[in-house]
Amino acid sequence: MRLIDSLVRTSRRRSPWLFHLNAGSCNGCDIELVACLTPRYDVEQLGIRLEGSPRHADIIVVSGPVTRTTRAALETVYAQVPDPKVVVALGSCPASCNVFAGSPTVEGPLDRILPVDVYVPGCPPRPDAIIAGIAEAIALLAEGGHA
Amino acid sequence: MTVGRALFQLLVFPGLLYAVPVAWLMLWMERKLTARLQGRIGPPFYQPFFDFVKLLAKRPLPRPPLQALAMSALPVLAVAGTLGALALLPVFPHSGGFTGDLVLLVALLEIPPLCAVLAGFVSRSIYGELGATREAVLSIAYSLPFLAALVALAAAANSLSLSVISQQAMWQVRLPALLALALCLPVKLRVNPFSVANAEQEIYAGATTEFEGPRLALWELAHGLEWVALTGLWAVLAFPAANAAWPLRAVVFVAISLALVLVLAAVAAATARLKLAQAARVYWLWGSALGVLAMVVAVVWP
Ligand code: SF4
Repeated sequence: MRLIDSLVRTSRRRSPWLFHLNAGSCNGCDIELVACLTPRYDVEQLGIRLEGSPRHADIIVVSGPVTRTTRAALETVYAQVPDPKVVVALGSCPASCNVFAGSPTVEGPLDRILPVDVYVPGCPPRPDAIIAGIAEAIALLAEGGHA
Repeated sequence: MTVGRALFQLLVFPGLLYAVPVAWLMLWMERKLTARLQGRIGPPFYQPFFDFVKLLAKRPLPRPPLQALAMSALPVLAVAGTLGALALLPVFPHSGGFTGDLVLLVALLEIPPLCAVLAGFVSRSIYGELGATREAVLSIAYSLPFLAALVALAAAANSLSLSVISQQAMWQVRLPALLALALCLPVKLRVNPFSVANAEQEIYAGATTEFEGPRLALWELAHGLEWVALTGLWAVLAFPAANAAWPLRAVVFVAISLALVLVLAAVAAATARLKLAQAARVYWLWGSALGVLAMVVAVVWP
């Protein structure tokens, strides 16, 4: 039993798959996240994959201040990711609404809607910071996420 | 074929014990080579194994009972069908096989694509249905050259037994038939340039878009096993030396399979995805031309 547990923990650490959700971001953060996949940073060597379907994902990466139109999608997608899962707030927008704070079309910050596990501050954060944030999320995931 | 022999082929070589680790190895080789060709470092060799364990350990989402049953049964069926096909490969002739195992092999190899089509529809997602439709269209397109090549080989060897075919088919027939089979490999394995069925970034993951956790793990395993089975079939047909000792046969079988994976991965990394109509045309035109050529030679040559 102990052996299986540690095997599962290791495999969660070695194979985190991300689902990226744009909740009204200005696209700055999104570009920086995609930059992590390029030859310069190549997160695939850590086993990280950007998945197209939330059903395949372990880590949900949310960028943007959560606008009124994206809120329902955010909640649906969160329910579609199988447990264990971890939520990463990418950039200053989901953390504080950033420059969009006070707008009548914004329903954020993100922690009003979903339980956020890791914040990656920056507007936008550098790829290095994103990778560091995902590494933190991976450690949480290995312990079984927040579910 | 005795029962013990059949069990050995199913469970040890080239079945379960050999095929599962090699399936992971091949999945890794494909990803690693793609990464290297793109100037990246790529995943470590244990990656597919950890992906599999992680997916197995995820909790499945609640679904309506019938859909849950279908979505679990289809990938299991795909894995089982591919393992059965693997067990029929005559890596060591003279000692196994039976007349007609070619027909059984073709049927078993058709199970995973069929399951994928059903899976796409049963998951009731628009992306799954799109992927399933494309898969179905492509399987009609590639079945013509694939079956024509195998029928030509059978006609040339005058037998429906795989081990006899792999020994006795003439090279004039074998060459075009092998080319036609090689042309069918990328579409059966859903890699570029014929990856329109699972079209990553376009329709997400095609038929498997809605599958999660353990169900997805089984699909990944089935996909890896398909790599082993199809490259293995090609290797068996490409290396007929009847008198070679069994260790040599096994080594050459593995070597040809792995080399074929490298070639397929390199082609995949170097090409872009063809549209559905373009891909189908390649098979109807060039694939069929090769298949018909093999067939004509098999019939006309004395
Ligand atoms: S944090 Fe800055 S870069 Fe990122 S989405 Fe918000 S405004 Fe754009």
